[in-house]
Amino acid sequence: MTLDFSTLLPYTDELVMGLLVTVMITVAATLLGIAAACALVWFKLNGATPLRVMIQTYIELLRNTPFIVQLFFIFFGLPALGVTLAAWQAALIAMTLNLAAYSTEILRAGVEAIPRGQFEAARVLGLSRRQTWRHVVLVPAMRNIYPALTNQCIIVMLGSAVISQISVNDLTWVANFIASRNFRNFEAYLVVTLIYLALAVGMRQLFRLAGWYWLGGRQGRAL
Amino acid sequence: MTSLLHSARRLLVAALSTTLLAAAMVAPAAAADLATIQERGTLRVAVPQDFPPFGSVGTDLQPQGYDIDTAHYLADSMQLDLELVPVTSANRIPFLTTDKVDLVISSLGKNPERAQAIDFSDKYAPFFFGVFRDAKASDQDSIDSLAELSGHTVGVTRGALEDIRLSEVAPEGTTIRRFEDNATTISAFLSGQVELIATGNPVAAQIASRDASREPVLAVKLEDSPCYIGLAKGNPELMARVNELIAQGMADGTFEALSEKWFHAPLPDGFAAGEQG
Repeated sequence: MTLDFSTLLPYTDELVMGLLVTVMITVAATLLGIAAACALVWFKLNGATPLRVMIQTYIELLRNTPFIVQLFFIFFGLPALGVTLAAWQAALIAMTLNLAAYSTEILRAGVEAIPRGQFEAARVLGLSRRQTWRHVVLVPAMRNIYPALTNQCIIVMLGSAVISQISVNDLTWVANFIASRNFRNFEAYLVVTLIYLALAVGMRQLFRLAGWYWLGGRQGRAL
Repeated sequence: MTSLLHSARRLLVAALSTTLLAAAMVAPAAAADLATIQERGTLRVAVPQDFPPFGSVGTDLQPQGYDIDTAHYLADSMQLDLELVPVTSANRIPFLTTDKVDLVISSLGKNPERAQAIDFSDKYAPFFFGVFRDAKASDQDSIDSLAELSGHTVGVTRGALEDIRLSEVAPEGTTIRRFEDNATTISAFLSGQVELIATGNPVAAQIASRDASREPVLAVKLEDSPCYIGLAKGNPELMARVNELIAQGMADGTFEALSEKWFHAPLPDGFAAGEQG
């Protein structure tokens, strides 16, 4: 076998675009998903019973079905109900819903690990409910589960390869495209594999920095 | 010296195998001519069994399709019994060259390599790649040329012939969405995720026969590769008879009816007149 990476050169633009699509959709899904998870955890622990049941149903539904089926349902299924989304919209929604469901459970575990004494201390100190939630619950809970949350976000980034199936031109789609045009499978998939590896490593470092900045110095270490 | 001997031996082996190969190619089993077939009373025809709507196995386990109906039409017109021989696309020409069948009616396209091994009749069935629009979407009525594709979304199976061709000729402003396989491309068209679909007419016929919500009709033809009936070389009487019957079937509407039945579409313009596409 002879390797010829110059056969990929004509596709540089496509590769860069694919990388941008994967990065942008991952960043958007991560931010939206974690924000949604913070809200869902609050309602799950403090909301009225019907709301809690609804949230739990959503979590179980998303955590117990394959991602590709969720994606196909949104993209190919919903048009039957009159909701036609662009491929990237369907992909972003599917990834956000998926990440939100998993990270709600991760975050809940972190919140439940906080000793009851801290809540009582917060009340004695006269902190408002919002202040308690932010300083006494959310940030310490985040510290507890930060490595798990990081992993979940990386899993969603890697899992985003599946969105190529509904014609989102992400990195995997570009790899498939190149392989179907120049038949250099080895080179195309090797390059894209290395890009994913770099993305995952880079993402972990980014989370470490973010954790150090927002959650306090020690958080990076566990990663 | 050794190397010289070696070369000589290699040459001998090469010469021998070439001779054997040539013998195998030049002397096929003598093909049955028209008189032999009429004496036998049976027309043996190779047909596809896994390529709807040309040929497939129906719910009653009987072969059915455009090619099977064409075989019936020819046998009936020649007042012969019909023996259908199911073949795959790989072995349909060997079946002919070894005299196991008299005709190959099996969505056979013409190319120079095949033309060296067998003869071709006039074309009898349409086969083409094109961009199909939804007959029920009135806003797509105006799409009838490549230039009109601009501003529209076309779904296609990545890496398929129609993808390569469409990518070459699509005008600026056309959005081509490439999917993983035929099934996903069809889903995208049926769910309305793409306005148009680029595919072959057999697939379009399949969609038209299954789903009523969207109905593909040809908007722009990308590539034409009609089907021909294959005959063994050196069989002029049979060839003349087959071509005569094809011309007759084109003139009297037999093939038009078959096209409507199996492709849910009329024969392409000029097809019946025998225009070479």
